Amino acid sequence: MTRVAPESSEESVDALLVRGVSHRFGSIVALDNVTLAVPRGAFVVLLGPNGAGKSTLFALVTRLYDNVSGEIRILGHDVRRHPTAALQQLGVVFQSRSLDSDLSVLQNLTYHAALQGIGRRASHARAMEALAKVGLAERANDKVRGLSGGQARRVEIARALLHDPACLLLDEATVGLDVASRESALAIVRGLVKERGVGVLWATHLVDEVASDDHIVLLHKGRVRFSGPVPDLLGVAQAANLRGAFMRVTEDTRAEAA
Amino acid sequence: MTATTAAPRRLDASGYFACFSGIVWREVLRFLHQRERFLAALVRPLVWLFIFAAGFRQVLGVSIIPPYQTYVLYEVFVTPGLVGMILLFNAMQSSLSMVYDRETGAMRTLLVSPFPRSFLLVSKLLGGVAVALLQVYAFLMIAYFWEIEPPLIGYLIVLPALVLSGLMLGSLALFMSSVIKQLENFAGVMNFVIFPMFFASSALYPLWRIKETSPLLHEICRANPFTHAVELIRFALYGQLELASLAMVLGFTAVFLAAATYAYNPSKGLLGWRGEPGRGGR
Repeated sequence: MTRVAPESSEESVDALLVRGVSHRFGSIVALDNVTLAVPRGAFVVLLGPNGAGKSTLFALVTRLYDNVSGEIRILGHDVRRHPTAALQQLGVVFQSRSLDSDLSVLQNLTYHAALQGIGRRASHARAMEALAKVGLAERANDKVRGLSGGQARRVEIARALLHDPACLLLDEATVGLDVASRESALAIVRGLVKERGVGVLWATHLVDEVASDDHIVLLHKGRVRFSGPVPDLLGVAQAANLRGAFMRVTEDTRAEAA
Repeated sequence: MTATTAAPRRLDASGYFACFSGIVWREVLRFLHQRERFLAALVRPLVWLFIFAAGFRQVLGVSIIPPYQTYVLYEVFVTPGLVGMILLFNAMQSSLSMVYDRETGAMRTLLVSPFPRSFLLVSKLLGGVAVALLQVYAFLMIAYFWEIEPPLIGYLIVLPALVLSGLMLGSLALFMSSVIKQLENFAGVMNFVIFPMFFASSALYPLWRIKETSPLLHEICRANPFTHAVELIRFALYGQLELASLAMVLGFTAVFLAAATYAYNPSKGLLGWRGEPGRGGR
């Protein structure tokens, strides 16, 4: 597996390390021996079609349920054995919207800060700072119900940053957004990698969201089919562009299965 | 891949307090923002008190039974049962909101908090109890003007009984929320849990009257956790402690809480094998 060079070399420990993780739902294999690493200060794209196992992987990393095989570490902390230390270092934007639409933007953020053990005064200051980061400080007292889809997503990104996590997971964060909102969300997250040295795992099924020099982990039917920089994938798949490479790798797998 | 481990932040007592108060505050805030819910929660027991109890006053005689020192009107007898009803419906409402939160993803924001899951769930339950307390005291205040006048100290003494009973019913509802797979299934559970629990209890009629009618039903009522919650509240409202009910409510709370914690435990619980969180897109 190819390693991604961290943009900041100050931290030697990976923001996220998944090693040899498999998971089943009854007889269905959702993940099969998945290994990947997200160093601090790196942006890694987890690319895969619907049903590839991305959400299952996220559920295991966030300890919504436990991995029974392999290991998952967040900033060196084993998620299963030391969940408190591990989850403190994790910020998550889930695929489905999870803001409380009856509460204001600020109330949603201070609630999340409380879940991280941050007191009321500090949480207010952090929330305003995070909202400024995503360009929504002036909407702090508005009800979430009144926000557009793109704005709500930016609030969720701000929420994920409140406790200064070392690792940020985003699961299909741009689903349902228009092109401008998608690009805005993506630009904010890429900016965080450079400014804060956060390690980001960006899960998507949209090849348009992958930059030409990104590191990608291609997940299909629960297995990692490729891990490395985009140019390497183009070479391996002998394709002119990422879309073609993506189709070729997943088609090959379908042929293998047949 | 490196093996070094970064030192985690410490989660001290102030962190736990911030987390607990944040969860409770959110529950209360949500409730206050939903005025219709507040009205509905209040109207339900008031309809029973003003209409049902008035109609039954002449039909159902209540003899002198503890904690009452004298003959009481049926409205007086039924009031602790209606307080229990508020707790029961509120617990089920909280459970419903948890199923909804799980479907929409809001539940995940709670469960990925670094605090122990059992602490998060108990905090969530106590948040639900706080909301129920607002409804109970609003109901008791209105009932006071309907000549339901327990001793003033009773309003204070009943508080721990309300919290404990709310915790018991909330734990049961929390466990149920882990078993219910879809929101649509919740209506069925309401019919199979709420109504039998409420009617097969001492909320509306004293147990001795039920025994006269059906010894079997009497035994069912005695085994019903809700009966003991109602009796605990009834005695506490009149400044007395019913030890047997207290023991039963404590026992049921422990069992239901253990079941709910187990169900939401990521390594043992019911969510993992169902593939719950990944339903949206595996």
